[in-house]
Amino acid sequence: MRIDLNGAAIEVAARTLAEALSDLGYDGALATALNGRFVPATARTETPLHDGDRVEVLAPMQGG
Amino acid sequence: MQLYDIDLASRLLLGTAQYPSPQILTDAIAASGCGVITVSLRREIAGARGANGFWPLLQATGARILPNTAGCHSAREAITTAQMAREVFATSWIKLEVIGNADTLQPDPFALVEAARVLCADGFAVFPYTTEDLIVAERLLDAGCRVLMPWGAPIGSGRGLRHVDALTAMRGHFPSVPLIIDAGIGAPSQAAQAMEMGFDAVLLNTAVAKAGDPVAMARAFGQAVAAGRLAFEAGLMPPRDMAAPSTPVLGMADLGLGGLR
Repeated sequence: MRIDLNGAAIEVAARTLAEALSDLGYDGALATALNGRFVPATARTETPLHDGDRVEVLAPMQGG
Repeated sequence: MQLYDIDLASRLLLGTAQYPSPQILTDAIAASGCGVITVSLRREIAGARGANGFWPLLQATGARILPNTAGCHSAREAITTAQMAREVFATSWIKLEVIGNADTLQPDPFALVEAARVLCADGFAVFPYTTEDLIVAERLLDAGCRVLMPWGAPIGSGRGLRHVDALTAMRGHFPSVPLIIDAGIGAPSQAAQAMEMGFDAVLLNTAVAKAGDPVAMARAFGQAVAAGRLAFEAGLMPPRDMAAPSTPVLGMADLGLGGLR
């Protein structure tokens, strides 16, 4: 299925958010949102992905 | 100083962006003596190791982490970002920024209050980046904020305190609310001025990061903030319009040469 990851359209085989992160090689301190809503790390395995979903994966960054 | 029941030795809060190198960043944090540093969240490229390098570096400084919602232009966006930050940084502290205009980076007070209400109810310790508007400040306190962060000048402008009278009124209107000047500070003298006016703390980033020697500038800001606070506590003399001799006039010699008129 086709999802939008951090603003870019990609094709994924994963059926859950956790699977997608793992397949894409994400690791470490990350926070996720699905269609504008926060998804806690503990909920990623039970969060199904659907065609057209918008996924945001954020990490710590310098800030003012 | 206490912010949300946390004791802090320093009244300087420092941003972590725009430094020439990670080493200079950590040296500047140490030199400033600050107890709180601001951080952000940004999109992570799959397989990148960006976060894994930066985040442990900041954790090692021992400073308390204040994540921000920089770049958010709506209440919803800021709320989601705050929730994400709470998980990653393991803190309920959030510097709440909801930007109303991309050019001025002015806070959107309406969306700010809306987001603050939701986040305070959700257990966040909200540090709202706001203007000096007293009614907005009242609404933020009503929403549950226990700290306010009025701007000195637009973000990154280095202009100092643009509206001294309004900020003085704000300080007077909220004598017991911790007020932190956030944004616009360009020089240590401006930070000292804010502290002399009785503001509780100063938050800055660019003035240190973009200095010729950021580590030395960080130290200068640490000293200026401490000096300004000490001056406030010592009690500044009231200004007067006319000159008044500081050396006693009584007992001055009359040399007959034109003195003592």
